[in-house]
Amino acid sequence: MHYLFSVIYDRTDLATPEEMTAIDAFNDRLQAEGHWVFAGGLGAPATATVIDNRGAEPVVTDGPYVESKEHIAGFWIIEAPDLDVALKLATEASGHCNRKVEVRPFLSE
Amino acid sequence: MSDVHEAVTRAHREQWARVVASLTRRFGDLDVAEEAAAEAFATAVERWPAEGVPANPGAWLTLTANRRAIDRIRRESKRDDKQMQARLMDDDTPHEPLGAIDDERLRLIFTCCHPALATEARIALTLRLVGGLSMVEISRAFLVPEATMGQRITRAKAKIKAARIPYRVPAAEDLPARVSGVLAVLFLVFNEGYLATGPGTDPVRADLTAEAIRLARLIRALLPEDGEVAGLLALMLLTEARRPARVSRSGELVPLHEQDRGAWDRALIAEGHRLVRERLATGVAPGRYQILAAINAVHTYAREARDTDWSQIVALYDQLVSLDPSPVVALNRAIAVAELDGPEVALAAVDRLGARLAGYHALHATRAELLRRMGRSQEARAAYDAAIELAGNTAESAYLTRRRDQLG
Repeated sequence: MHYLFSVIYDRTDLATPEEMTAIDAFNDRLQAEGHWVFAGGLGAPATATVIDNRGAEPVVTDGPYVESKEHIAGFWIIEAPDLDVALKLATEASGHCNRKVEVRPFLSE
Repeated sequence: MSDVHEAVTRAHREQWARVVASLTRRFGDLDVAEEAAAEAFATAVERWPAEGVPANPGAWLTLTANRRAIDRIRRESKRDDKQMQARLMDDDTPHEPLGAIDDERLRLIFTCCHPALATEARIALTLRLVGGLSMVEISRAFLVPEATMGQRITRAKAKIKAARIPYRVPAAEDLPARVSGVLAVLFLVFNEGYLATGPGTDPVRADLTAEAIRLARLIRALLPEDGEVAGLLALMLLTEARRPARVSRSGELVPLHEQDRGAWDRALIAEGHRLVRERLATGVAPGRYQILAAINAVHTYAREARDTDWSQIVALYDQLVSLDPSPVVALNRAIAVAELDGPEVALAAVDRLGARLAGYHALHATRAELLRRMGRSQEARAAYDAAIELAGNTAESAYLTRRRDQLG
């Protein structure tokens, strides 16, 4: 079962060297234990572009789809047998990257 | 006929959670388990009067529910799913001894009380799936429309399924943290029963207090070494013991010092005291529920209200304040201080809490009683008015209104 860990942050500064070291070590462990699927950091909300092509013409808008204090600064996609395992990993992830983490399951079936 | 009716009622009380738990384990789906269990009980109501009550109602109900679940899954055309098909064909799980089945119920309780679910959803699911209460009963107890409660339960079940909240007792290292969530749910259910809110409700809901105690006993049997489980059970028993004396014939709340102590349930008190003594004997530092139980033990030891050992109660509150420095605990400590050091000292302490507890009826009720004892009738009347306005329990409002009207 796959889970998305969204890293929630309210500023746009990047991870500090200490945070990066902690994140790297955590990623190594995820890989060694078979939880790793994918992870990445994202550019600041200001770097986002939204496309809406549901109408006659595609509309391109500068900026994120929603303006809010908090945004998604990065993410992990992990493999875990159930929510308890995912929550345990997310707890560690939040500690290592020093930001809030939202856990959501991918739709299965 | 009434024997059969009683047998069905008893089976529902004793077997509902077991049937739901065993089907949840087999089919891995709370909806299937719950609906099949409900159908099995409906079948029992239909058939037992004619066919007689089976020798082993639990086994009969589980078997019937299993068949209903299989019918349901077949109807929902999951025929292609080989795994499901295999599960339908042969249930190779050996017949479990009683202990293992109780463990199934514990799994069910921990699933319903998972920390990833909102507190209201935990309460609703526990009452529905473990307690077997109907949606009408649960929504009435918590004063929300049935549709709201139904949505809450549906959403919680959907999250359990989609996010794959496991159906298991947490690992040993997670257990203490998870048990405290379960105990919090049981305590909320108990309190709602003991001081039911709402103008149209009975002031005391004995069905809810009984259900909370039944579930606490179950957890106690499964986790006999856990001090807080024992503490909460003792606290509920000692509180429940006073229920017969707590509301007067005219529907008015009777405060502790005016209660007819002869009407208290001696058996429940003895059991509660036994648990408190047992915890004291371990020498392990008590948690919140154990201290609250000890306070209630001191109250129930006293033969007359005036024999109450208030210094011991204040000492216990001091211990509680160090664990839980909340304003509500401080308020209760102040009530005990009034008996020991007089109303002036207590009022000063209560007034310091005023800002944080301005919306809490008990703060105003306490102030009213203290001011009354000090002869400050005018201020007491205003405090009673504020308390009556905020009180949600009909018996409590009636009591406060009479006290206010007695003021000269």
